[in-house]
Amino acid sequence: MEPVLSIDGIKKTFNDSEKSCPALAGVSFNVAAREIVCIMGPSGCGKSTLLRIIGGLDYADAGRIDQISGKKDGKPSAAMVFQDHALFPWLTVYENIVYGLRLSVQNLPEEEIAKRAESLLELTHLNAFALSYPHQLSGGMKQRASVARALAIKPSILLMDEPFSALDTFTRRELEDEVVRIRQDLKTTFLMVTHNPEEAIYLADRIIILSGRPAVVSDILHIDLLYPRDPADPAFIRIREQVTRMIQGKA
Amino acid sequence: MELISKQSIREYGKGLALIVILLLVWEGIALLIQNNYILPRLGEILSVLLQPAAPVLGGESLIQNTIQSLKEVLTGFLCAAAVAIPLGLLIGWSKEVQTYLNPTIQILRPVPPIAWMPFAIAWFGIGFNSILFIIGMGAFFPILINTVDGVLGVRLRWIEVAVTFHATTFEKLRTVILPGALPVIWTGLRVSFGVAWMCVVAAEMLPGTTAGLGYLIMYAYNLGQLQVIGAGMIIIGIIGLGADTLFRAGQERLFGWQGRE
Repeated sequence: MEPVLSIDGIKKTFNDSEKSCPALAGVSFNVAAREIVCIMGPSGCGKSTLLRIIGGLDYADAGRIDQISGKKDGKPSAAMVFQDHALFPWLTVYENIVYGLRLSVQNLPEEEIAKRAESLLELTHLNAFALSYPHQLSGGMKQRASVARALAIKPSILLMDEPFSALDTFTRRELEDEVVRIRQDLKTTFLMVTHNPEEAIYLADRIIILSGRPAVVSDILHIDLLYPRDPADPAFIRIREQVTRMIQGKA
Repeated sequence: MELISKQSIREYGKGLALIVILLLVWEGIALLIQNNYILPRLGEILSVLLQPAAPVLGGESLIQNTIQSLKEVLTGFLCAAAVAIPLGLLIGWSKEVQTYLNPTIQILRPVPPIAWMPFAIAWFGIGFNSILFIIGMGAFFPILINTVDGVLGVRLRWIEVAVTFHATTFEKLRTVILPGALPVIWTGLRVSFGVAWMCVVAAEMLPGTTAGLGYLIMYAYNLGQLQVIGAGMIIIGIIGLGADTLFRAGQERLFGWQGRE
């Protein structure tokens, strides 16, 4: 299948006055349309940096990023979901959700915006909270709103940086199930950084494992289990052990 | 809800009790010394306050003087805000601009607004424009400093969200920086209004003024009418309190999200 995102030889070194600290030493991989890909690796290996570079929040020193747009205007669009929901506290849930939409599609008629918001509120079960403010929502609801805000621009790929790691176990599972469902319904492509092997195996078609600093892609794991996946399934457990060993070996 | 209002009534009561005690002490001492040039009786002050539309000391009425002062302070305050907020956004936004402007601002800031009076009169002549300038000088810095602080306090993550949606510089300013900094700017406006209100009274005390509460106090002083001065001071205080209450209420209404993100 044609890749939505193709990154090739991404290098990044952080320089401060004292020393230079290489983080990424030539990272390359592709993400195909409708795929869920998780990036894992030892902590501090540059996973988040890589995602920030893809999302346009940081610059690579070398390498190429190609995003193939599924859109009519040909503009690539990656949207990002952060670990902290990063909702604007002065806007209602509705206004937060359409925030990016208003920016990226100029002069979109208000009915069109409302229609898009309605369907996203529906999708994320936030209909009753459209006019609430973020501080009135639970942690899980905030993160759902944050996902809805990213989905509003119909991104060609959704980048998620440890999006559920601040949530409790049950809420977390709930949101992971939503990711699978959203991929089914909206045909969204996901690229997600996580440090939780179970989450990666629960969600991903492929897990990309980075080495320790400076990071390169050390392994790519195809997860062939059928959805919905069961963490108690012996095959699941076997893969989890394997992934854990792989990451521990890199640290 | 009822509980809250009962509690706040009790708190108001405590505050009010001290005011009543102070008034009683005042009245007691006034009765003892029997000298209107040192301490006028409360009744005399009250009789001035209770005829707000009557001419005071052969001039304008209390209401007219109050309106005059309010007009001056509102105009000066709004002019100051119109310059200080955009400038503050710029300074907070650009390290470069800050480097250029900071020394000038820090030198001008501690200068008491009233010290500008001779220059104001020389540049703008006696009257409304000079007073406006003095008020503007007083109101300007609290707004400026708070706007800069507000911008610097905007969470980087919020700006990053705007960046991921390809916001232009102006869009970042309009959709993130300004609303994110607004609670702190609002505090600056509140402080600034208090300063402006103090400045107007001081500015009107200078020669050439013909109306306003500050003028009234100075005029009454020259005639030895301390009960008029007392009445003027009470109006100044009450309007100051009223403005502050309005700003606080606005703060709670508009920025209820603060500290609960």
